[in-house]
Amino acid sequence: MAIESPELPPLVSLRGVRFAYGEREVLRGIDLSVHRGQVVAIMGGSGCGKTTLLRLIGGQLKATGGTVEVAGHDLAALGNADLYALRRRMGMLFQFGALFTDMSVFDNVAFPLREHTDLPAGMVRDLVLMKLQAVGLRGAAALMPSELSGGMARRVALARAVALDPMLILYDEPFAGLDPISLGIIGQLIRRLNDALGASSVMVTHDVHESLGIVDYVYFVSEGRIVARGTPDEIRASTDPFVHQFVNAEADGPVPFHYPAPAIAEQLGGGVG
Amino acid sequence: MSGLANFLRRIGAMAVDGVWRLGFATRFLGLVLLYSGQSLRRLPLTIREIYFSGVLSLLIILVSGLFVGLVLGLQGYDILQRFGSSDALGTMVALSLLRELGPVVAALLFASRAGSAVTAEIGLMKTTEQLKAMDMMAVNPIARVVAPRFWGGVISMPLLAAMFSAMGIFGGWLIGVVFIGVDDGAFWSQMQAAVDVRYDVMNGVIKSFVFGVAVSLIAVFEGYDCTPTAEGVSRAITRTVVSSALAILALDFVLTSFMFRGQ
Repeated sequence: MAIESPELPPLVSLRGVRFAYGEREVLRGIDLSVHRGQVVAIMGGSGCGKTTLLRLIGGQLKATGGTVEVAGHDLAALGNADLYALRRRMGMLFQFGALFTDMSVFDNVAFPLREHTDLPAGMVRDLVLMKLQAVGLRGAAALMPSELSGGMARRVALARAVALDPMLILYDEPFAGLDPISLGIIGQLIRRLNDALGASSVMVTHDVHESLGIVDYVYFVSEGRIVARGTPDEIRASTDPFVHQFVNAEADGPVPFHYPAPAIAEQLGGGVG
Repeated sequence: MSGLANFLRRIGAMAVDGVWRLGFATRFLGLVLLYSGQSLRRLPLTIREIYFSGVLSLLIILVSGLFVGLVLGLQGYDILQRFGSSDALGTMVALSLLRELGPVVAALLFASRAGSAVTAEIGLMKTTEQLKAMDMMAVNPIARVVAPRFWGGVISMPLLAAMFSAMGIFGGWLIGVVFIGVDDGAFWSQMQAAVDVRYDVMNGVIKSFVFGVAVSLIAVFEGYDCTPTAEGVSRAITRTVVSSALAILALDFVLTSFMFRGQ
């Protein structure tokens, strides 16, 4: 599957990364690396800080502590122009696609090509049709985003994310809200595009079964820390209580079912006595 | 006592908040101007916005201008004939429109027709993460989305105000000359003699340009700054219309007091 080359430094590397929204600390010391060619999943419950982690890798947020390195560049040290130069080599798939609603499918995919290259119109057209062919939507090129189903919009957004053949693709909840067929299609596309482009991918998700089938490595995040890591096989065999709860979708465990509250006996019947 | 203290505190908080927002908007204007070079080099982007803000506002501007002119014709004739100077109707209609009503009413209409649409569009692009997606594609959303809409508004506004005034003068002529029977020659010749290009027309154009900057800045700023929810977008649209109206009327007073002091 993945072309792992231990002699090369990782493409993405986070060391002791901390992040806080004002007073609220979301990440409390994250160490994580993504090697070239790998598809890595970051998993965790809703609100555990995994989307924040993706934003840090994309340079949309700046870490309050630790270092985030992408392709050897420390993101904190990059100016706006350098960050934009780096982002031209990244693609990102947003949770609901974030297609430009005033443009057709074709123009959406052509957008990065037109903005960043001076290619002649004929070549842009061929490239766009090839990208759309890769996600199976060449026939939908003339449609507007409002005419697409959720799964189709996600695939168009994926074609747009890989339009410039990025070295790193970021996925924010690529499986959220999809039917089982679309879900399988997106999963396969993520793996196939990653391998065909020789890219690396980071995927934030809470869909355990779909992800374990396609990724090379998994990090589990809970309460701002990495609580478990491993290859899909290691994760499936893990006896770690958190991983066990997550993989088997158990309601209660290390992640409590109840939001912190005073003891129920104190709260109930309070009006009577 | 604590009620009064709370009341004062709320007023204080509102004032501080207002000053902060004004500061943010000014800094935002700086950013828009900074990235305007990039977007003006790609003229089709701005021309598209002139179409959406300007051309699509034409109908409401022309119809409103006509009605305002018709009313001016009726009211003006009614007042002027008391002094036996109904021949001055053309002058009165033209001066009221060119100096005040054209720029002000056109700007108010522009804010509610085009300004609100720009706020809604940018706000929804923010809500659906389109601006973030653009930023992640290394395309600056201020240069690509905001600046063209800002300049589209700034360029459209004086043109719309001019059309409004022209239509209004036509309305005044229609009522005064065609229906009431004021002398056609007197109507136009008095207007020609009394209206000064620099003093009356240019000052009106300057006003409409200033209003164009104010309305466009408010519209793009409120959209870009909105809370990315359905409620946040709706509030931003309301704020655009309300703040634009207040800004237009306040700026009109300031500009008028500098421009028209009697020759």
